Amino acid sequence: MSPDIRDLQAAVRAHVRVQPRGARTKCAPRADDAGILDLSAFSGVIEYQPTEFVITAWAGTPVAEVQALLAQHGQYLPFDPLLVGRGATLGGTVATNACGPERYRYGGVRDFLIGTRFVDGNGALIQGGGKVVKNAAGFDYPKLMVGSLGRLGILVDVTFKVFPRPEAYATLRVDCPSLEAALALLPKLTNCPYDLNAIDLLMGAGGAAALFIRVGGLAAGLPQRMDRVRALCGSGQVITGDDEARFWHAAREFEWLAPEECLVKVPLTPSRIPALDASVRHAQRRYSVGGNVAWIATRDLPALDAALKALDLAGLVLLNAAGDPRIGHHRTNAFAERVARALDPHGRFVR
Amino acid sequence: MNQSAFLAALRAIFPPDRLLMAPAALAAYESDALTAFQARPVAVVIPETQSEVIAAVQACHRFGVPFVARGSGTSLSGGSLPVKEGLVIALNRLNRILRLDPQQRIAVVEPGVVNLDITKAAAPYGLLYAPDPSSQPICTIGGNVAFNSGGAHCLKYGMTSNHVLGLKVVLPDGEVAELGGESLDSVDADYAGLFVGSEGLFGIVLEITVRLLPKPETYRTLLAAYRSLEAAGDAVSSVIASGLLPGALEIMDNLSIQAAEAAVKPGYPLDAAALLIVELEGERSQVEAEWERLKAVIDASQPYLIKVARNDDERMKIWKGRKSAFSAVGRLSPDYIVQDGVVPRRRLGEALAEIEKLSAKWGIRVANVFHAGDGNLHPLIMFDGREPGALHRAEELASEIIDLCIRLGGSITGEHGVGMEKRQYMPRQFAPADMDAMWALRKVIDPDELANRGKVFPAGEAPALRQVGPHPLEQAGVISRE
Repeated sequence: MSPDIRDLQAAVRAHVRVQPRGARTKCAPRADDAGILDLSAFSGVIEYQPTEFVITAWAGTPVAEVQALLAQHGQYLPFDPLLVGRGATLGGTVATNACGPERYRYGGVRDFLIGTRFVDGNGALIQGGGKVVKNAAGFDYPKLMVGSLGRLGILVDVTFKVFPRPEAYATLRVDCPSLEAALALLPKLTNCPYDLNAIDLLMGAGGAAALFIRVGGLAAGLPQRMDRVRALCGSGQVITGDDEARFWHAAREFEWLAPEECLVKVPLTPSRIPALDASVRHAQRRYSVGGNVAWIATRDLPALDAALKALDLAGLVLLNAAGDPRIGHHRTNAFAERVARALDPHGRFVR
Repeated sequence: MNQSAFLAALRAIFPPDRLLMAPAALAAYESDALTAFQARPVAVVIPETQSEVIAAVQACHRFGVPFVARGSGTSLSGGSLPVKEGLVIALNRLNRILRLDPQQRIAVVEPGVVNLDITKAAAPYGLLYAPDPSSQPICTIGGNVAFNSGGAHCLKYGMTSNHVLGLKVVLPDGEVAELGGESLDSVDADYAGLFVGSEGLFGIVLEITVRLLPKPETYRTLLAAYRSLEAAGDAVSSVIASGLLPGALEIMDNLSIQAAEAAVKPGYPLDAAALLIVELEGERSQVEAEWERLKAVIDASQPYLIKVARNDDERMKIWKGRKSAFSAVGRLSPDYIVQDGVVPRRRLGEALAEIEKLSAKWGIRVANVFHAGDGNLHPLIMFDGREPGALHRAEELASEIIDLCIRLGGSITGEHGVGMEKRQYMPRQFAPADMDAMWALRKVIDPDELANRGKVFPAGEAPALRQVGPHPLEQAGVISRE
């Protein structure tokens, strides 16, 4: 049975402030006076045509359900969704832009969300994008919704482009004596013509670093490809099979995070890693997506907030935030203000 | 509008050689690649700096004059058609690559940079800018951003928006905003993503940060010739079902094969009903493994001829034929309309059969070249503009093809944009609430509708274009057609 979209629209109109809620696996901006709109009824796959590389599902659908269905047809969500094991939903994944290490290869949530229906702050149901993989008609609302944290619309359904899943994976672990040594190796990897699925940099105790380079594709060519990556790096240990899968699963689920720690995502470029790393030296941290995303575990959010502000970096607390999950320096701009005014003129969404 | 005061304001910003007002000088700017539409602007300015662009936009805002940004004028949807009595801001001299950082794999460029020049600048580092519209040797990145241009490699790598990380823009009232950034990832709503493809309605881009990709190590390209379009379409489905993800999957029908062969002699088999081009690209050993699988799939699809590019020259020849198809059709017909509707891939066969029927019904030849991998059709509807009523009939046929795409669950445009050409079809694809929301967004960002007025939204919603009927602008004398 389809969930009642009109009820959702009416609920938006009936409240002064509203806040969508999915599986509550990640943080969201909060306001005490906001009415909670629970989206758990908006669950299930609406349409899936494997030969189209397209799947549409209600926003409250657990990502795990979609992944299982796609896997039956040898397909996957290439942006590598996070916290799936904890019950993350598609809507929350879009709203928090929760993409993982393999986003390195083909792109993030923004690159695979091709359509969505959402309810805006007026209670209007709006369709953006469509159900075909290529589409240039109309404003690109799907992209706008990625990372919007429920501040611009309540996602009702989402349509993703999907890809055939690599038949096999292998990972090379390269231990480096220091962050500097790892960062010196990084551009060799990001600029080489080998098709790498993920490059993560883990900081260990005592300043040592390790690069984990994931390669996926047809099983036939894989050993040869791993040899070449190892030759490029000068050394390294190949990980395959269950160990390999477990390593990346643990990365996506943030199993390294201690229970009381906050998890903070900081987008950046590799050149900015040394300065950031110097100010978070005592925290657990890893640099993902070829040095484009820092994941930092901290018990002291105010200190990290100040450090990010000093570096002109923005952060998002994904897990265990007490207040507003946005920390560091968030730039606003006239375009963003106008977009918010158009989609939520009455200020119903929690900003 | 006080026109003389407006022109005086422009004179204060631009020297005479970069402020065109003489009719002869304006003529070159009256159309873009959709030549059926023409409109004469009051002036054309040719800024050389970002601050001159901002000053021009501010002048337009102060005097209430609509403006249209223009690069090389290659829009096939009339996207850079001037507004009558409005200003054209020609961005070709903002053509600097401000920064190319191979280590971070990004380039920061101005809007007038030609698409292919980014790849040329990145090539020494083994990098490239992936989106490759057929017009890439001349089209500018600013236009690509405004229209979210595609190309032959979209299935795997996406369109322009998938390669734009950050933008610096001037909004229609002259305010400057920075959207996105340099990282591949973000913790804010994707405002740059919304701006890309907004067809100039949200303002003008001043700086674009694009991501660069490593140039694939190797390519394997094959041509397969079939006795029917349907067989070629089935082959595409088989390739997709096999789990392969080719960089490009293109089909050409017999008319376009003939045209391409006459124009650039790519060595296509002239008797083929359909030609399939498949290209694998990537790392050598992966591509070799994929190639074995691809050959098996193609063999099973029973083409009567398979040609494999043995070297880079042969590969370029295959692509030259494909990319020249549009202009080559000009040899078969004095005029033609290009459509770029999209259908779900599984319905390609149905769409082509239907187009064939429509072609017969109207007695109009239609050549088909298309990005089969993503269901993006390119019917080239041929007519002779000198024949009375021929353009009108061609447009009727085009309209039926667009309806067909919507009916099959697709889109009215895959990569050319809505522009002037397809604006009347928007309400067929989008519900009234969707149209209202887009209009509301436009009005909040640009209350006076100065930026690219008259595009995307059907006539009647813009105050200057209240007339109803198939060609309200013609009735109003705003535009004329050849």
